[in-house]
Amino acid sequence: MTQQPRHASSPAADAATTPATTPATTPATTPATTPATTPATSTATSTATATRVAPLHHLLGIDDLDAAQVVHILDTAEQLLPIATRERNTVPTLRGKVVCNLFLEDSTRTRISFDLAAKRLSAEVLNFSAKGSSVSKGESFKDTALTLDAMGVDCVVVRSGSSGAPRQLARYLDVPIMNAGDGWHQHPTQALLDVFTMRRHLGDLAGRRVVIVGDLLHSRVARSEVQALNLVGAQVSVVAPPTLLPPEVERWGVEVVPSLDDALPDADVVYLLRVQRERMHRAFFPSTREYQRLWGMDGRRLRQLKDHAIVMHPGPMNRGVEITGEVADSDQSVITEQVTNGIAVRMACLYLLLAAPAVDEEAGR
Amino acid sequence: MTTTHPPARTGAGRLLLIGGRVLDPASGVDDHLDVAIEDGTIVAVGTDAAGVFGRSAADDGASDDPDIEVVDCTGHWIAPGFIDVHTHLREPGGEAAEDIATGSAAGAAGGYTALCAMANTSPVCDSAAIAELVWRRGREVALVDVFPVGSITKGLEGRELTEIGQLNACAAEVDFFSDDGIPLADTLVMRRALQYAKAFGAVICNHSEDPDLTAGAQMNEGAVSSVLGLAGWPHEAEEVMIARDLILAGGIGARLHVPHVTTAGAVELIRLAKERGVRVTAEATPHHLLLTDDLVADYDAVMKVNPPVRTASDVEALREALIDGTLDAVATDHAPHAPEYKDQEWEHAPCGMLGLETAFAVVHTALVATGRMTPLQAIARFTTGPASVRNVGQHGAALVAGADANLVVLDPEARWTVDAHALHSRARNSPFDGRELTGRPVHTLLRGRFTLREGVVADAAVVA
Amino acid sequence: MLRRLAHELIEANQGAEGLVLVGIQTRGLPLAQRLARLIGEIEGTEVPCGALDVTLYRDDLGRRAPKSLHATDVPVDVTGRTVVLVDDVLYTGRTIRAALDALNELGRPDRIRLVVLVDRGHRELPIRADHVGKNLPTAYDDRIRVLVEETDGQDAVVSEEVPA
Repeated sequence: MTQQPRHASSPAADAATTPATTPATTPATTPATTPATTPATSTATSTATATRVAPLHHLLGIDDLDAAQVVHILDTAEQLLPIATRERNTVPTLRGKVVCNLFLEDSTRTRISFDLAAKRLSAEVLNFSAKGSSVSKGESFKDTALTLDAMGVDCVVVRSGSSGAPRQLARYLDVPIMNAGDGWHQHPTQALLDVFTMRRHLGDLAGRRVVIVGDLLHSRVARSEVQALNLVGAQVSVVAPPTLLPPEVERWGVEVVPSLDDALPDADVVYLLRVQRERMHRAFFPSTREYQRLWGMDGRRLRQLKDHAIVMHPGPMNRGVEITGEVADSDQSVITEQVTNGIAVRMACLYLLLAAPAVDEEAGR
Repeated sequence: MTTTHPPARTGAGRLLLIGGRVLDPASGVDDHLDVAIEDGTIVAVGTDAAGVFGRSAADDGASDDPDIEVVDCTGHWIAPGFIDVHTHLREPGGEAAEDIATGSAAGAAGGYTALCAMANTSPVCDSAAIAELVWRRGREVALVDVFPVGSITKGLEGRELTEIGQLNACAAEVDFFSDDGIPLADTLVMRRALQYAKAFGAVICNHSEDPDLTAGAQMNEGAVSSVLGLAGWPHEAEEVMIARDLILAGGIGARLHVPHVTTAGAVELIRLAKERGVRVTAEATPHHLLLTDDLVADYDAVMKVNPPVRTASDVEALREALIDGTLDAVATDHAPHAPEYKDQEWEHAPCGMLGLETAFAVVHTALVATGRMTPLQAIARFTTGPASVRNVGQHGAALVAGADANLVVLDPEARWTVDAHALHSRARNSPFDGRELTGRPVHTLLRGRFTLREGVVADAAVVA
Repeated sequence: MLRRLAHELIEANQGAEGLVLVGIQTRGLPLAQRLARLIGEIEGTEVPCGALDVTLYRDDLGRRAPKSLHATDVPVDVTGRTVVLVDDVLYTGRTIRAALDALNELGRPDRIRLVVLVDRGHRELPIRADHVGKNLPTAYDDRIRVLVEETDGQDAVVSEEVPA
């Protein structure tokens, strides 16, 4: 980062990891519903002509968002990404605001990403961790929420092993709640950063084909990902051992395809989900060897992909199970870039939630 | 409503219910009749019932006899007091959520005169001592008759049988055994329980759930659980267990009761077994007759219950089965939980819903007001149906001279909005909070004594 | 008017040497681009021009719906140069204060000049423009909008009285 020249970078400045996204292509990524009134100029592009984007009150799940809101978040992240890479990488925007990271489930990676995002916007960060349910210490979930309220935090970023916990928290608290992953339910910032990454590589995602592979049943990422991709018009296929497909998954708006090999030649994105080895002890699949053979991404399968297709993974990877080292380290893998983009996307979400007027000042909430 | 005089003594004196529509499933009567009660016993039912007190039917209202209380029931239904074969009163051990006094008050408010208290208390009702304690405490409170349920196995552990003979012989005369929410997974223990109970004429009631299929389950498995990311309770888990139990009970000729049936497939299994002569009775809860799994979407743990609320097609199958009698009884599975337990993440919150005070209104609103069930049919599912499940004394018996005056007077036109905070239960976990329902008990009488009068519950006879 | 401003800038700077024009998003940007082109034509050289979005530095966050972000893109290092900030309307001065903070993050210019097309008064901060296209006295509640060909299809200054 210190190697960067001392001036603000264009989105293409981190071209070392990003195939060039020239500013002129960016307006094309906004869907046709947003009137492209701003003509492209050589130095600057207004990516968001935020006409009538509904304000965000919380970020609980992608299913609460509409397409315009998703695009608005991504456009905002696009402008924030350069800040992360320049020498002075903070802005004073959220000075005086307190963001609480309430992590009821361990996730160092996600917590650090949210931590950095908040700090780059100059917010104060409080880390509140509790293993498992706070109730195990004799305090109800509601009491935990009321405690945070009493401390006067401005936003709560919540990670929980329990599906729905962020939505419950939003009932107890008046401040914006950001879901940093809840049970098997939702992980909206992961989906947004993934779609952001796809958009930077592929431009407009309408009609693009994304293949999601693996344990969808237990995956909060998959649930958010599918909803976000549907909103931006991508076509989603899923491939998994039948035991790891959620009930009635077709109703998610995906096509279930029987074989990974059949799905690869048409794919623009292959999205691999983490497979926990413990699952095989509950008879979800027979062995990691068989999993790797049928649903794992290896060099042979990599070569079936189109040249521009990218390989993604939400991390942490199980090398040798769902992905081989050869694939993870290949040019078509954008897995580390996902991590970088995650900070900008989380900054965008924090900005849009916290720079907004308080909820009660908005008419007709 | 005309109440000419307050009763001189509770449980005694002369009472005349006039102008009401008597709905008595045991005798098949559905007619406008008066009911005369003296010293806790029905002394006459008929158009000239007032005659037994030396009055003519014409001088309704103004009575000059201070010993006769006249209650005008015009526009109301008079039915036998309701019986709930599946209630959690939480005493002993769970008094933070409910006790026998508050639960009995909730029962009286709901039109009940008999409640069957489930065995999953602390300590478990697996001994005559606990059964007699619960039974006696019910008598002391004297708002409903409490009939204890014994556990099938000691400590609900699923291994050794409870002393069924001892419980049967004690003052509480327990003839109904259940491990409540814990399925008896061991098929051999279940078979022996059925064999053993048969000798005492007792009924075995097994929670219908294959625990292997429901490890970690949080709600009905289906399109909704799929999106909400909650582990599902497949309907097969219920049906596999019911099929097993029906096969075992049929083979032995023992009596089986299937609690809270929730799936269309389960209804089919029970219907078939009844056709084949298996001695099985079955119940449905008001919540499973009304609510569907899409209500879980807000993750409000008040909607968390075991077995879970299912889909609209399951609800429809349950309604049909209740109408045709495949399901014998409406049972509440009234399960109070203190608010601090329901104010947890969905995953950590306990299962259970309140039901006693809303049961009639839910069934009336969903099935009677809509014309799908006759009032008499609906009343049967609250009275004769549950009385066929186990021995509950005179509750549910025909309203004839000489019978105990266990009665409920209902206003079928009453429109009311459920307010969880206004219920008599100590807990607040009603899934019907905020719903508008029609039909409500006005008076409840236990052996001639008002336990609910004009919608107001009488004081418990003895306060703990 | 822009041509006059271009000449003023050249005169003040004694040529185009070391100049970098920075337009404040969004209306200041096309103005900066035009000024850079004019100066370049007059001086026969290429004048660097960039864009600055000041939204993240504003002091009114939380008082209104968050604004959309626009690109900040200055193609050269500003350290040691003379930065000419360009905006359409100078009003309370708060935007310029934010712009000074935003520029500070990009480097340390030798000096910063401010050019505005319209100065309508009502300053709330001790800030003044070095070069002004036109002083336009207004009421505090009036709305002044500068339209530019590049984004609005025409060049115009529109004054609207806000109905009470």
